[in-house]
Amino acid sequence: MEFTMTHVVFLILSAVALIGAVGVVTARKLFHAALFLVLSFIGVAGFYILLEVEFLAMVQLLVYVGAISILIIFAIMLSRRMMAPDVEARNEQWLLGLGAAGVLLAILVFVLLNVQWPVTESQLPPETISYLGMALLSPDLFLLVFEVASVLLLVALVGAVIIAREK
Amino acid sequence: MDFILNFWVELGAWFGGLLSSWGLPPWAVDLIADFLGVLILVVCGVMAVLIFTPMERKVIARMQDRPGPNRVWPYGLLQAIADAIKMLTKEDIIPTNADRALHMLAPLIVAIPALLLFAVLPWGPGLIGANLNVGILFIVAVGTIHVLAVLVAGWGSNNKFSLLSAFRVVNQLLAYEIPMVLCILTVVLFTGTMKTQGIVEAQTVPYFIVMPVAALIFLISALAEANRSPVDLLEADSEIVAGYMVEYSGMKFAMFFIAEYVNMFATGIIFATLFLGGWKFFGLEDVAPVLTPVIVFLKATFVIFLMLWFRATYPRMRFDHLVGFAWKFLVPLALVNLFLGAAVVKITANVWGQAVLMLVGNIVLAAAALFIVNRAARKLKDAPALKRIVAVER
Repeated sequence: MEFTMTHVVFLILSAVALIGAVGVVTARKLFHAALFLVLSFIGVAGFYILLEVEFLAMVQLLVYVGAISILIIFAIMLSRRMMAPDVEARNEQWLLGLGAAGVLLAILVFVLLNVQWPVTESQLPPETISYLGMALLSPDLFLLVFEVASVLLLVALVGAVIIAREK
Repeated sequence: MDFILNFWVELGAWFGGLLSSWGLPPWAVDLIADFLGVLILVVCGVMAVLIFTPMERKVIARMQDRPGPNRVWPYGLLQAIADAIKMLTKEDIIPTNADRALHMLAPLIVAIPALLLFAVLPWGPGLIGANLNVGILFIVAVGTIHVLAVLVAGWGSNNKFSLLSAFRVVNQLLAYEIPMVLCILTVVLFTGTMKTQGIVEAQTVPYFIVMPVAALIFLISALAEANRSPVDLLEADSEIVAGYMVEYSGMKFAMFFIAEYVNMFATGIIFATLFLGGWKFFGLEDVAPVLTPVIVFLKATFVIFLMLWFRATYPRMRFDHLVGFAWKFLVPLALVNLFLGAAVVKITANVWGQAVLMLVGNIVLAAAALFIVNRAARKLKDAPALKRIVAVER
């Protein structure tokens, strides 16, 4: 296999994503762990750009870096004692967590080794966004899934309002 | 004559030719040209700070009827350089018990999104860092990193005021992002592309005439995103001293300062791109393409002047008013405007037809919004004092 620029970029991005992921589980302070998570997300966004799906990369940045990690950081900041440096990073469930992570790893490795990934030589069309939009809103493809997801989000929103509302 | 007209394109071609004539391989030519392009864009962004800080101080001073800085020759215009030297020579302080790594990291994180924005800002036909398919989305996505920088600075300073300021991020930056994105979406509906170049090219009529409501909402949200008075609750000198910047001194403070002005400049160009027609100016761009960066710069300066005007005119907003204004007024208005835009685009494909329909719709929308707000305000005014306080607090 020929070693190209793409491979170099891929290795750098993998390093970023993996350092971030390792940092999440090893960082002593929870706030640092959350920031490492952001680093990992940014690495994944880089993979999307490498795969020439800029839209997904931007959505990854917007949703994961801009919204979810901020949410996690706020959850950490608002929890009592979570900010203190002497809080133990592990709790009594670490064995269960390790087991679940091990099972997930086994499944991923199994899939990676056993599936024949289809490869095509054809080029991506220049404007993938419009195809994505068409696919999401066409009745033959993903319209139902799209609408169900929207309704789910709306229910979550209304639920949040009801919980937060004063009597 | 053609050389003068297409100065920028010719300059790029000439430089590429020069590099090739030295016997460099094509990839090296591309690398050097790209690197130089990035350098020019970043340096332009940072250099703009030297223009806009004296401008801000002079303009605000004129509006407040005082001379402003006038000691550093000439007319105090070199004040920015004096300030820079002062910053450089200041002591670098890290508070005890602060999270040292994060304290040092925050000024770096805050500079990244501000400078990254310049990658997709259009300076003229073909004069752009990277004409991404998702240019305008890139601007929004990169902007969210700014939120992270504020959080890190607030937490890393080990200071109550800094932390309070970090908590205000949600109230201000996240809340105002939503109406901003909805306005951008309305523009994208009309242009049919997210390329920043395409948005400029699609504007036969500048969109601030076609959809004044969207333009105004975007301007207000951009003001909040850039953290400028009267919506500067993250800094709020009178409440939390300087918020997340309170513990920063010397060059680290200078990074925040530079990032704020670079952000302002970028916001000016984004507004010019979306609503003022970017590098177009009554056909001048066809007569003399060499002037397109100047046109963009002047439009951005005008937007920044508007922001300064806002600052000098309006009193600062109270905390809850700020949040209420975003969620109860700007978001519904921007949503209705988006629906209106979608309907107009569906009704006619003719550019002029769309423009007229949207303009009429916007005027009706603005009138309705003002009527509703006015009635609510009058109701509040007529209520007895105690009830009024309760109503506001809800």
